[in-house]
Formats: sequence, C-alpha cells, structure tokens
Amino acid sequence: MTGFFDIPSDLQHSWLGLVGLHLREALLPVLAGLVLSLPVAQLCVRFRWFYAPVFGVTTVLYAVPSLAFFVLLIDYTGMTESTVMIPLAVYSLVVLVPAIVDGVRSVPPETLAAATAMGLGPVRRYLQVQLPIAVPAIIAGLRVAAVSSISLVSIGMLIGNQGALGNLLNDAQIYHRPELAVNSVVTTAALGILVDALLVLVRTLLTPWMPRKGASR
Amino acid sequence: MNAGRARASELLKPPPSRLSGNGQAPPNRRKRGVLIRIESVTKRYPDGTVAVDGLSLEIPDGAITVLVGPSGCGKTTTLRMVNRMVEPTEGRILLDGEDIRQRPVNTLRRSMGYVIQNAGLFQHRTILDNIATVPRLLGWGRRKARARAAELMERVGLDASLGKRYPYQLSGGQQQRVGVARALAADPPVLLMDEPFSAVDPVVRKGLQDELLRIQDELGKTIVFVTHDIDEAVKLGTMVAVLRTGGRLAQFAPPAELLSAPADAFVEDFLGADRGIRRLSFFPSAGLALETGPVVPIDADAARLGSHDGAPYLLVTDADGRPLGWGEPGRLTAGAVEREHLLPYGRPFVPGSDSLRTALDGSVLSPTGWAVAVDGEGRTVGVVSQQVIGEAIRAAHSRLADGAAGDAADAGAAR
Repeated sequence: MTGFFDIPSDLQHSWLGLVGLHLREALLPVLAGLVLSLPVAQLCVRFRWFYAPVFGVTTVLYAVPSLAFFVLLIDYTGMTESTVMIPLAVYSLVVLVPAIVDGVRSVPPETLAAATAMGLGPVRRYLQVQLPIAVPAIIAGLRVAAVSSISLVSIGMLIGNQGALGNLLNDAQIYHRPELAVNSVVTTAALGILVDALLVLVRTLLTPWMPRKGASR
Repeated sequence: MNAGRARASELLKPPPSRLSGNGQAPPNRRKRGVLIRIESVTKRYPDGTVAVDGLSLEIPDGAITVLVGPSGCGKTTTLRMVNRMVEPTEGRILLDGEDIRQRPVNTLRRSMGYVIQNAGLFQHRTILDNIATVPRLLGWGRRKARARAAELMERVGLDASLGKRYPYQLSGGQQQRVGVARALAADPPVLLMDEPFSAVDPVVRKGLQDELLRIQDELGKTIVFVTHDIDEAVKLGTMVAVLRTGGRLAQFAPPAELLSAPADAFVEDFLGADRGIRRLSFFPSAGLALETGPVVPIDADAARLGSHDGAPYLLVTDADGRPLGWGEPGRLTAGAVEREHLLPYGRPFVPGSDSLRTALDGSVLSPTGWAVAVDGEGRTVGVVSQQVIGEAIRAAHSRLADGAAGDAADAGAAR
C-alpha cells in the first residue's frame, strides 16, 4: 500500500523536494518581476505618458496563454524550468508595475516637497522616501503575484514534468492514485496561504509606521 | 503669548519701518539671520502664466517677513524661488549679497529650514529621525543628530516621550511642531514657512503662532512666512508684503503701518472690515489710568460698600482679589453679597502686556462698559471705563500721526 506522501519515482523527488521545487519555480519569477518592475515603475512615475503603454503591454502579455508562451520558448530554452519561469515572470508584471506606481504616487506631495526642500536629491528621495512609503503597496502586489504564480506553476507539467507539485496530477491519472491529485491541490493551496502569510509578516516588520487597528493617536 | 504682545508694542517704535525705507541694517544689529534681497524677479511658465511679476523685496535679517495675498498671487512661488525649488525666469535673488545660483542647490537648501502645510513629515520615520534628517544629510553621526533632535523637541514644546513615535500617532498640531523642529535642526540662518499653520484648528493655530514668536525671540532667524490669512500676517510679521493676483507687490510695510495707511483700495479691501479695531493691537494698554475706588472685596463692610465715589457699579472680588462680577452699590448688602446675582465682568486684560484692543474688548464685553485690569496671577489691579480707553486710543493715534510724518519724510528721502 502506498501512502499519501509516497511520490512515484518518475518524479525523482520526495514530497518535500517537490515543495521546494514548486516554491523555487513560483517565487524566482516573482523576484525577477519585482527587479524588472521597479525601474519600469519609476519611469512611469517620472514620465506620466509612459504608464498607459506599459500598462497596455503588460496586460496583453498577461492575456497570452501560458501554453502559447511554452511553444514559443521551447525553441530557445527547451523543456526546462526556465520555460516555465519566464512566462510567470512576465505575468507578475501586470500586478507589480501598477502596484509600485500607485505606491510611489501615494507619497503625499507635501512630503516630497519637504524632502526636496531639505536638500535630498532625486536618488535619495527615491530610496529614502518614495520607496519606503510604497512598501505596503508593493507588498500588496507581491502577495497577488506570488499566490497566482504558485498556482500557475502546475501547468509546467505539460512540458516534461516541470510542474513540480502539478506533476502529481498527471501521476494521479497514470497510476490511478487519486490521493496524489488531492495531495497536489492541498499542498499547492497550503503553500499559497503560507507564502501570503509570510508576506504579511514581512510587511508588518517593514512598516512599524503604519497605523494599526485599535491604535490610539 | 506675552512675547508676541510685547513685540507688538515694540513695533510702535519706528526702527523696522526705517529699515525698510532705506534698506540698510544698522551695523550694531545682532547678526544671526541673513538678508535676502529679491531683485526684479519674474516667474513666467511655458504656458504664458505669470506667477510673479517683477517683484523686488528686501527681506530684513533676523525678522519675520510675511508674504500675504489671495490665491494666485505668487506668494508660494516667491518662497520656493528663495530655495530654488522654482527657478526665476528673470531677475535674481541674493543671500547676504551672494547670488543663490552660486551655490550647489542641495547645499543651499540644507542651509534653509523649510516648513510646509500639513507638516510633510516622513511617515515612515520616527519623530526623532524626522527631525534629524538635515543633520544626517550634513554628515552628523546618528547619536549626535538624535541628541540635537531631542533638544529641538523640547524647544518647540514637545514631550521627549514622543520621540520614538511615528507621525500618525501625533495630532495635527504636534506634527506641525515637529515640522518646525525639523526645519530648525541644523540651525539654518533662514527659515521658509509655507502656510505652515493653515491646516490646524484656530486654537491650535494660535498656540503655534505664539510658539513661533517665542522661538524667534530666542533664535532671531530670517523667516519668510507665506500665508493667505491677513490676521496671521499682522500678528507674526515684522514686515508684511501684500501681493496681488498676478504676482505684483501691492504694499510692503510693518503691520501697524499697513493697518493705518493701506497703499490702495486692494490692500484696504484685503485687510478686511475692522482694521481700525485690529490696529489697536499695536497700542499698549500700559498707560491707561486705572481706578481702584469701585473695586470691593466680597467680605466688604457697609462703610466700604458705601464709599464708592458715585460709581454706577462696583466690581466685587474674592478674598484673593480675583474678579467675581459687577453689582450696583444700592443692591449689595454687606456680608451677604450673592455671587450668582452679580453681572459678568467680560474678559480682563493685563496692563503692560495686553494691547488697547484687549482692553477695549473687555469693556465692550462687560455689560457695565467697564474693563477689568488684572495682574499676571489674575488679581484685580483696577478698572477702567470705555471713555478712558477711548481717550487713550485718540491720544495714541495723535502720537502716531506725529511719528508717521517724520517717517514719511525719511522714506521720501530714501526713494
């Protein structure tokens, strides 16, 4: 009899190994997306006209089905993790760019004016004032991007078992072990909730300056 | 609070207006601020809007100069040209004789404190770190900068325990005090204030204004203060520049002169209806002849109640001399004065530190037409009638008229 956590050997991973793989395939693209979004968002803040085309392009990219991406990418990156992660990174832009733009724009004009008047140059203003104040908005974006990425990784199953926990769905079918499908769904959901909770914790730690519920003036 | 009133009475003396007349600071003047000279400055935007039009202004050192005017008069633009947040299209601005464009822009800005409406605090930094911003930019160590910040919190009247808090945990008035402390942190010679007290309620605003006057008495900075509130301008300004829409200077004068001799219909209109009454703020009440005959303690005997020199009312005080209210001599019974039947005595004034305006207000508020004078502890020192206050006002006017004639001659010679 095989148990809930006994993973078929064709996947070459233990359950924990699949969890680690899944997290890596889901979160590395979000990190890459963040690194790409920060300068793009700053350009959108600096040049207002730039935002509309950027938003349009990221939305269109988001609308491209991942299968289509895979077909395009397989010629270049083959049946590898990269082929799964590149579309995920592109998808994360549609959430992260607007989140960062909104966050940076939410800095009150008098705060920015005061910063300028105190002799903070543009770089200091960005790093010391705009970015820290945008943290709550950025983390809100990261939460959506991370959770959606975690659920999307499973589709990697379609290109040579690169779907981490998603591969269990396929194995459930071929080995007639429905509990593997349950395992896949439950573990993926748990990972999503866990990562989301972690991000909330990070935000709490990074923003002691945010009004908390029940805080008195 | 007393500092403001004491300073207001100083304004009756001519020096500030003389200073504006010929633009030369006396050589023995304490030199803690710097002189700012705005020379035919114009700001024209690409779309053709003219925010400031050929403005020339000599901002005296060590004093508060208020730029006041309706919205669209270019007062904030003018202020922001001083620290180069806005660059003038024409003209130049000199700081102690040096063109401000000679210095690197961020160095210039760090030498000028800046206070803005709603404080503009960094919401993500503690109060101490907010105040320490400019010292840190100037390369001070963290410890030294924080120590300086703590010192400034005390100076602006904030409890040291607030230092570790974040801006959202403070009231609007407290935040504004932090804004002032932050501007003062690196001890800049110049302070630029852009409607700093507009967003707080009137009671808090009055407290902040009094605090600013007190701090200025200690520090003697060159302060440029922008407001749309003429009362604030008159209260705070050593000199007041009234700007009209389109960025042109309407009048530049000490507040007392502004109230007594507005340059034109626009200034007069902007000053509002009761400028005659408000002008009384600049007349001291020290010279009023106080009467003590009509003042009786609550435990006065019949003889004391009888000897009132024919005064229509007697002011009854408690055992410590604090006023309780007015009573008619015939209706007061020795040993049985009923407090609740006494007439209200209005608001007492303190001779010396309060102005004739406060004294007149006190007499108008009192149903008897007499104002009550008290000392610093609130003990009655005498009473004075509306007639006597009226005579004092007329006397002050004629004294000022004599002085103004001399001033006008000076100013004429300078031009």
